[in-house]
Amino acid sequence: MESTNQVLLQERYIINPVFLFRWEESQDAHVLLYPEGVVKLNQTAAAILKHCTGELTVDQSVDRLVAEFGQSDREVITQSVVKFLEASRDKGWIRIID
Amino acid sequence: MTKAGSELSIDGDGKPIWVSLELTYQCPLSCVFCSNPLDFESYQKGEMSAAEWKRVIREARDMGAMQIGFTGGEPTLRKDLEELVGYANEIGFYTNLITSGIGLTATRLKVLKAAGLKHIQLGFQSCDENVANTLAGVDSAKLNSYRKKLAIAQEIKALGFPMVLNIPVTRQNLPQVPEILQLAEQLGVEYVELANVQYYNWALVNRDQLMPSREELEWAEAEVNRFRERVGDKMTIYFVIPDYFDGRPKACMNGWGSIHLTIAPDGSALPCSQARSLETLTFPSVRDHSLQWLWEESATFKVYRGNEWMKEPCRSCDEKEQDFGGCRCQALALTGDADNTDPACSKSPHHHIVQQAIKSAELARELKQPLLVREANSVVAIKRASKMSAANRVASEEAECVNNTGSTCRKESSCKSRVLSDGEAVE
Repeated sequence: MESTNQVLLQERYIINPVFLFRWEESQDAHVLLYPEGVVKLNQTAAAILKHCTGELTVDQSVDRLVAEFGQSDREVITQSVVKFLEASRDKGWIRIID
Repeated sequence: MTKAGSELSIDGDGKPIWVSLELTYQCPLSCVFCSNPLDFESYQKGEMSAAEWKRVIREARDMGAMQIGFTGGEPTLRKDLEELVGYANEIGFYTNLITSGIGLTATRLKVLKAAGLKHIQLGFQSCDENVANTLAGVDSAKLNSYRKKLAIAQEIKALGFPMVLNIPVTRQNLPQVPEILQLAEQLGVEYVELANVQYYNWALVNRDQLMPSREELEWAEAEVNRFRERVGDKMTIYFVIPDYFDGRPKACMNGWGSIHLTIAPDGSALPCSQARSLETLTFPSVRDHSLQWLWEESATFKVYRGNEWMKEPCRSCDEKEQDFGGCRCQALALTGDADNTDPACSKSPHHHIVQQAIKSAELARELKQPLLVREANSVVAIKRASKMSAANRVASEEAECVNNTGSTCRKESSCKSRVLSDGEAVE
């Protein structure tokens, strides 16, 4: 599906306060909990959402992820992070902050 | 929000994800669409204590449940609600309160907030005061349900709770859908659930008087879509054409004994809130067994788990993994056999029963039969209902069917098939 929200590198995001983002031992995964629902996140998704605290720009969080995952191809990481954040914004998981 | 297309799925691990605690069946309202047990008053004496509930909450969490719903009846009638919410929150549950709002006050809301309550689902009937009070079965001179609900909705939002406004969709409130959505927007509600009435127990008695027509539903659907376009993603609206009209059965509970567990006020463990209508089954209690045993070992939870139990046309159907054969309670209530394909399915050999019910509701519209307010001595009322709908054979058969089963359920009743969301995440 084509994303309706564009995510730019200088923007900052937080997790939508309606969602609770946390580690769930029984699922061995991070989850997003919201009214009457659960989303189980895979490792990459969780790694990206962890940086959605409003402190870092998208660009800065890419730097962190490159370091965390020891990946050299920054361009590829940037693209997949932006794509995931756009999808997350479509789903209402994250919000932009001014 | 279906599980189709998920890459990572939380269900199927064999763990209960969602546990509903029906703290009490008592309720200050007498909703005409109530699907709680007809003999709701008989449960009051045997209600579980706070200590017993806490043990259940602990065991459910240990088994991996993440979502907990405090429901009823009206759960705020329990004075220990705050204590139970606090405990559930402390051990890692996402806590949901499913309430009519009657019995909540600003003070109690603050205590619940401090106890860690995460979300409130408020049952709401209409933005038209008269319609709202009629559907809630109250005399507005004694208890103005509409005004109380509106006031408490504002308090809930003032405290910053995420909120679901749950509106059971009936013939009476469907024309107000655009105004209801506007009201929800003004209140700052995040989710609106236009819930299809589940026609069990008292709701089944009133089915002829409640059921909207296909044309009305399609009109409402168009209004919902227009509203969605205007407000964008700040509000999520759940609305699906009900199974009676859709030709496809609901994926009831995401499958029997799959992710959902309900505990009745007396401690009986139920695969869904309606399950006690299945009289051939027994429902052992958490008072006598561990939750793990009930979930994993009891015959009740095993009987419709998976698809081994299925008869034709379900058995060879390529949609059985999507809808799990529909609802067992509806299959029993309408066809007399819980093992049958849900008659809401167009492939069911009993589908004509559902089509007759739609026709019967159309007929009742012309007869202008009144709604029956839920009352404690329901057997009498149901007989009255049967007599009144003498012109309407299908309805009276159903009413007797309810009478015989004497069964169970919760109120305001949308089947929780969206409990689990798509788990897929990234590339």
